[in-house]
Amino acid sequence: MGMTMTQKILAAHAGLEAVAAGQLIEADLDLVLGNDITSPVAIHEMDKMKVDGVWDKDKIALVMDHFVPNKDIKSAEHTKEVREFACRHCISHYYDVGQMGIEHALLPEKGLTVAGDVVIGADSHTCTYGALGAFSTGVGSTDMGAGMATGKAWFKVPSAIKFILTGKPQKYVSGKDVILHIIGLIGVDGALYKSMEFTGDGIKHLSMDDRFTIANMAIEAGGKNGIFPVDEACVEYMKAHSDREYKVYEADDDAEYDEEYTIDLSALRPTVAFPHLPENTKTIDDAGDVKIDQVVIGSCTNGRISDLAAAAGIMEGKKVAEGIRVIVIPATQTVYLEAMEKGYLKTFVEAGAIVSTPTCGPCLGGYMGILAAGESCVSTTNRNFVGRMGHVDSKIYLASPAVAAASALTGKLTDPGKVA
Amino acid sequence: MKSAHGRVHKYGDNVDTDVIIPARYLNTSDPKELAEHCMEDIDKEFVSKAKEGDLIVADKNFGCGSSREHAPIAIKASGISCVIAETFARIFYRNSINIGLPIIECKEAAAGISDGDEVSVDFDTGIITNHTKGQTYQGQAFPEFMQRIIDSEGLVNYINSR
Ligand code: SF4
Repeated sequence: MGMTMTQKILAAHAGLEAVAAGQLIEADLDLVLGNDITSPVAIHEMDKMKVDGVWDKDKIALVMDHFVPNKDIKSAEHTKEVREFACRHCISHYYDVGQMGIEHALLPEKGLTVAGDVVIGADSHTCTYGALGAFSTGVGSTDMGAGMATGKAWFKVPSAIKFILTGKPQKYVSGKDVILHIIGLIGVDGALYKSMEFTGDGIKHLSMDDRFTIANMAIEAGGKNGIFPVDEACVEYMKAHSDREYKVYEADDDAEYDEEYTIDLSALRPTVAFPHLPENTKTIDDAGDVKIDQVVIGSCTNGRISDLAAAAGIMEGKKVAEGIRVIVIPATQTVYLEAMEKGYLKTFVEAGAIVSTPTCGPCLGGYMGILAAGESCVSTTNRNFVGRMGHVDSKIYLASPAVAAASALTGKLTDPGKVA
Repeated sequence: MKSAHGRVHKYGDNVDTDVIIPARYLNTSDPKELAEHCMEDIDKEFVSKAKEGDLIVADKNFGCGSSREHAPIAIKASGISCVIAETFARIFYRNSINIGLPIIECKEAAAGISDGDEVSVDFDTGIITNHTKGQTYQGQAFPEFMQRIIDSEGLVNYINSR
């Protein structure tokens, strides 16, 4: 029986000819990731392991992004602990204020992950790098500690769902709309324990940023990973960002899939996930009259340059509606600089938005944009769980940067096609 | 391996890690401090109700959302001896195994057990007994590899013992 793309990568990293769904394996890792929340726990766990230091100082990435610049004394202590660990073990990829960005935007940009890699990260959105044709998945801090110590992790080989993407998306339909549509279709546990393998000739119409957004939210359907084939656009991206060697794996023709879905991208409309689950999706045409108080444009899902370009394109020369707070967060320093050079930041500030340094901040209800009881927010982030962005009685509507920007101008959920 | 025996706190589908331990408390990793806020956004009473040995029973996709190990740590530090659910989100599942919080998937138990029931679990056989209702359910036993990690009381000891 043939193997899926994910299974092939796992087999190669476990030193096996073939693997099958359900098999427990131990795989060699190419990169282990942690952030300012999960790394301290991982460091404590690693300290309990009988090892002399880390497995490979060049294959660990520690990114301080959730509560950085530190929001309070406790988070400052956490970051300090990770900083000292990084220094003690000479970790080459430690990123603090000034170099950091949101981890899942930063790692591909820095060229730290490429096609064919096996990556674990103590952060659920580690699945983002599947856009590059890598197997990457979120784990907990103990797994991260063990990964830093041994360079290995245990996995149960996943079965897969195949998503065949066809057609070309219309204007104002982005990767975010594609993945929200899919989560609405299969539900928040629709891909539980499974790989989401994307294929089809519609992929050529999706930019790398779109693919990062789609792979990023595989976890919101319960997926173990989301993965794209390596095409020209992907190779171009890797060459521009990395000098590491990549390896292309392809699913066998006779690979077995639990389910198959064909998605016509040309038929999709801008899509919004209503509170309090990412699966509660409606198209913007069915959204009705939803008044909002705040807009957040950023995160590991939608804080890349094309996201800011989409938002700026809609907000240029216009003003944010009265009483609406708009927070724009470029995901990395590089995105920030490019947005500045291209004039996007000026557009945002002139429209009445604020622009923040890279941080997770409001996405997880950490700081910088916390919602009060009864408030609503349109956000380009990835989770709209109860209390995720503040008070348990606040509401989050997940949408693309274009929908978020259009909504900022009107003060309610708005079709970008109607304001541009 | 030991067994669990206690009263049940029952929840529904998709209990996410943001309600198990909200991010506003993630500036600490101290289990005791985390336990003080466990389940706060879904059940304010949980912290005062939960007694040593109690169980959590839930429906589908328990522990979905973020990878924060703080979630199973908070549950374990609240004295919970076992979590039973119809299904678990996968990162929560492996985190629980890795820190030694016993969790068992069982659709019949999730459907049959009510809040406040007295329940015991035999981890060796996977048999779940509902003493209040006089029912038993067969839970999924752990694959051998995971059993070894659990028997070592977590991944750290497992690695050290190799
Ligand atoms: S931006 Fe949000 S989802 Fe992404 S890593 Fe940060 S907190 Fe997690």
